[in-house]
Amino acid sequence: MTTRSKNNSLISQRAIQISPSGIRKFFDIIASMDGVISLGVGEPDFVTPWHIREAAIYSMEKGYTMYTSNSGTPELREALSRQLSDAYGLQYDPFGELLITAGVSEALDLAMRAILDTGDEVIIPDPCYVSYRACVILAGGTPVMVPTTEQDGFEISAEDIESRITPRTKAILIGYPANPTGAVLPKEKLSKIAAVARRHNLLVISDEIYSRLVYGVNHTCFASLPGMKENTILLGGFSKAYAMTGWRVGYAAANREIIAAMTKIHQYTMLCASIMGQAAALEALKSGEKHVREMVADYDRRRKVMVKGLNSIGLPCFEPKGAFYAFPSIKSTGMNSEEFTEKLLIEEKVAAVPGSAFGQCGEGYIRCCYATSLPDIEEALSRMKRFVSKYSK
Amino acid sequence: MLNEILQILDRDARTTPEQIATMTGASTTEVTNAINQAEKDRVILKYKTIINWDKIGNERVAALIEVKVTPQRDVGFDAIAERIYRFPQAHTVYLLSGTYDLLVMIVGKTMHEVADFVSQKLAPIEGVQSTVTHFLLKKYKEDGEILNGKEEVKRQPMVL
Repeated sequence: MTTRSKNNSLISQRAIQISPSGIRKFFDIIASMDGVISLGVGEPDFVTPWHIREAAIYSMEKGYTMYTSNSGTPELREALSRQLSDAYGLQYDPFGELLITAGVSEALDLAMRAILDTGDEVIIPDPCYVSYRACVILAGGTPVMVPTTEQDGFEISAEDIESRITPRTKAILIGYPANPTGAVLPKEKLSKIAAVARRHNLLVISDEIYSRLVYGVNHTCFASLPGMKENTILLGGFSKAYAMTGWRVGYAAANREIIAAMTKIHQYTMLCASIMGQAAALEALKSGEKHVREMVADYDRRRKVMVKGLNSIGLPCFEPKGAFYAFPSIKSTGMNSEEFTEKLLIEEKVAAVPGSAFGQCGEGYIRCCYATSLPDIEEALSRMKRFVSKYSK
Repeated sequence: MLNEILQILDRDARTTPEQIATMTGASTTEVTNAINQAEKDRVILKYKTIINWDKIGNERVAALIEVKVTPQRDVGFDAIAERIYRFPQAHTVYLLSGTYDLLVMIVGKTMHEVADFVSQKLAPIEGVQSTVTHFLLKKYKEDGEILNGKEEVKRQPMVL
């Protein structure tokens, strides 16, 4: 018999350590049902605008089907550099400070692997997007969760961050506008976090995939705060703003040293983002603005209907200013969030995501995505109303 | 604000003032007033449906007619356009740039009815030089709506 490593497990401790996604079982239930209205999707309900799809098709017709430079096509990096300059006044050298990745997901993984040594700590708000913890753990780091509350609008505070800093703390990982809460951090709060980062010489990884989806407020790019460009790894992408989730194109912007390290890992593991995806992303940057505005105006209307509706049916919901999620409290029903979402799905055929999937502080809440048609939102709300009045205490 | 209200109504004319108020953040009274004013100003002309008549076996014949006209002193194309659009059969009348001047859409019960209208009413109008009639064979998309079949939902129901 061959000897296996110490614990006799086929699977590495690292893989065992990360928990499976909290929504697996919902897939199986939904698959067996008809007429489900889903508020459970974390992606736009728009199809990628035609001119973007057409640009990708054209590039394929012309025979652009090969690898690109590891860093991404020069045209895309140049266009991206211009966009970051126009939007935030940030100057990133397209040749050395930008890396095109297979979505922000890959960029996040690369960033963690590039900066973390075993045992390094990364401070993360709770609740947060499901990948944050997992990526830190997979890179050998230790996630340090900072609770955030509805009373504070799920905004992480600089004081709470500072109180968790240890000699092992390497970085702060934030993502605003936030998935799952829809929270947006105002500039003053971001500036305070920047001050903490500078004081303790920490890196900040800022996931700004939802940067374009803000309502009535401006998005502040973390790297644009005074002195933060050098110490920020800015992650962004095309999925949410241009309805391009399936294309898998994102990017990282950071100082040369970090981008070089990330590129090294990227070239051994991913090689490059798909060339069709990059052709589409280039077209999105060149002439996608009109569609972004239209989509944002549309999301805003649905957001208002969703938030007002949730509040009126007895699921109190703070006003999300970004992304496309509402994060109402379900505490009045006495159920935990997983129970609530499972019963809601089975009894009323409405799918939402339990807040607990996003961390301990998400318990007592559910995530409702309003990137779905208005009639569906209204129907979902009326089904939820029936459900809540049945169980409300 | 009016612009936004109109955009919402353009997509779904049945959206209620209450719903529009929620979507725009304005009060219901403000929305109702804006809509009333728009109706009064004939900014909003009418609320109507898009119907796929084929589905209920209600056969209708439609034709697009290119009309070349001689413009008249002082009134240009307007006087002839008016003579044409006064006929209830004229569903749509547009003035176009290009090789002909007016595009007229005629809707009738039978091909004969449409043909008779063109030969007996439209063509003899003074100032009409020539007409070219195109019968409509199939409608694929109308006012932004695909008539047959719907885009299937391609999203997974749950994604984090």
